[in-house]
Amino acid sequence: MKIAVASGKGGTGKTTVSTNLAKLIEKEYEKKEDHRVWFLDCDVEEPNAHLFLKPSFTASKPVLVKVPQIDLEKCDYCARCSEVCAFNALAVLKEKIIFFEHMCHSCGSCTYFCPQEAIKEVSREVGVVQEGFCDDMGFAHGILNVGEAISPPVIDEVKSYQDWARVTIIDVPPGTSCPVIAALKDIDFCLLVTEPTPFGLNDMGLLVDLLRSLNIPFAVVINRSDLGNEKVEMFCREEKIPVFLKIPFDKEIARISAEGGSLVEEVPWVRDSFSDLWSKIKEMLGLWV
Amino acid sequence: MGLKEIVVISGKGGTGKTSIVGSFAYLASETVLTDCDVDAADLHLLLKPKIKEENVFYGGKKAFIHETKCSECGLCQEMCRFGAIEDFKVETIFCEGCHFCYYLCPEEAVEMKDEASGHWFISETGYGSLIHARLGVAAENSGKLVATVRQKAREVAWEKEARYILTDGPPGIGCPVIASITGADLALVITEPSVSGFHDLERVVNVTKHFNIPSLVCINKYDLHPGKSREIEEYCARENIQIGSRISFDSQVIESLLEGKPLVEFSEGTAAQEIKSLWQEILDTINKREAGKSD
Repeated sequence: MKIAVASGKGGTGKTTVSTNLAKLIEKEYEKKEDHRVWFLDCDVEEPNAHLFLKPSFTASKPVLVKVPQIDLEKCDYCARCSEVCAFNALAVLKEKIIFFEHMCHSCGSCTYFCPQEAIKEVSREVGVVQEGFCDDMGFAHGILNVGEAISPPVIDEVKSYQDWARVTIIDVPPGTSCPVIAALKDIDFCLLVTEPTPFGLNDMGLLVDLLRSLNIPFAVVINRSDLGNEKVEMFCREEKIPVFLKIPFDKEIARISAEGGSLVEEVPWVRDSFSDLWSKIKEMLGLWV
Repeated sequence: MGLKEIVVISGKGGTGKTSIVGSFAYLASETVLTDCDVDAADLHLLLKPKIKEENVFYGGKKAFIHETKCSECGLCQEMCRFGAIEDFKVETIFCEGCHFCYYLCPEEAVEMKDEASGHWFISETGYGSLIHARLGVAAENSGKLVATVRQKAREVAWEKEARYILTDGPPGIGCPVIASITGADLALVITEPSVSGFHDLERVVNVTKHFNIPSLVCINKYDLHPGKSREIEEYCARENIQIGSRISFDSQVIESLLEGKPLVEFSEGTAAQEIKSLWQEILDTINKREAGKSD
């Protein structure tokens, strides 16, 4: 069972919800077999879940993409590579080729079409994936290298862990574009975390459209539910979207989260709310887990 | 002094970028406003724009296979790196528009079609012109849309002889962020006093350094955790990063948001005063840099 936690708008409490839900589920299973729960942080631009779950890392591997390397001995500067590149990553001047590595999408076109067979593909590192464990829970996250623009290859690598466990919780980056789509690929259910403000409502609407177009079932968590108005709830009622959890603003919660603490372990009423949330998810999906 | 671009970013989302930009819009004069968070644009909710010009954004092309010409040889499927072709049909959402299949097909059955992947707008608001955009659902190439928005903003700014472009940037450190900050004169980085806010600040500050953009850091809601705020300030001092006025946690921020008004227009409270000081610091920083250059 792969459950994504997404938000559209940043800073609504996605990581708070995903890390606490994962901890709660893991506790339910602790007397049974190992590593039934895995946590995957797909927000590779700004990964934060490790600050709350504090995993011990056991392995780290680079994320490599393929880029062209041109053998200038063989190249006759015919510029075919530059013609077929849709991303303007190759510029051919008289007796000179410039490759803009950050523009390259690793499609392989230039290598295939070079009439002189002067291009071969080499690897370039764009980030790393680290894996480890927090107690009985498996953990992996990706880190995009600073200065790199294209995050989906790193997200895809993190996603390669998603079929191992009974329950996998996936932290999705904010927004609605390509990194979000990469993170939502092949999941079973999505929790949409929002806040009851005009910004929260607007961005939630965008994500609802996306989840519907991808045919992903979802439910809503309203965070800081008392700092705003009723419009998010009205929207959910009109659109027949279930609201599974409301978390009121609380300075104690804010303090624990700010310090990277664990709400389900430190605050009993939060633990009860998350337990209720997990029951609702299982009920909605008719779960056997 | 030439046209100056100020971009507001944060690394972590939800630290208060848009609320702060909304207030700056009220305080600023001779300024063109842009919203470069094209994934989840919110600035229009505060500034209530009247759209003057709406344009379709073509993010790139997508492959389309003409069934009648296709001989089902399977070469395109085999060579596509993005797993976008299945049963001799293109799954548009996964197609990156690389044209590999287009050049490859022996039957010339592949056509590359322009994909409308969003809209961008030139609007007027009570606070000046606003250039903003909306990326289509599940669309890609947000970096190119950001570049389009910024280019239009410059054109509008030249036309109106504006002195500043003020940009509400996206969260993160990837493609749309890089497209938003390259060539800007100042990046205002808004953070909050939490482990996440601090961690994300460090990453995004490294991105501004990587692209040589001067930055100014502001801690929003600093009093929610004074200890973390101190840690962030110590980090900035160590790294030689300029730090601006702190902003307090203030319930007026949400109230003004619910009213759909910039905070400084709505309130005379603590946070509003702090945002006013911050805006003055931004202008001083830019003017000082300019003076330094001409010396």
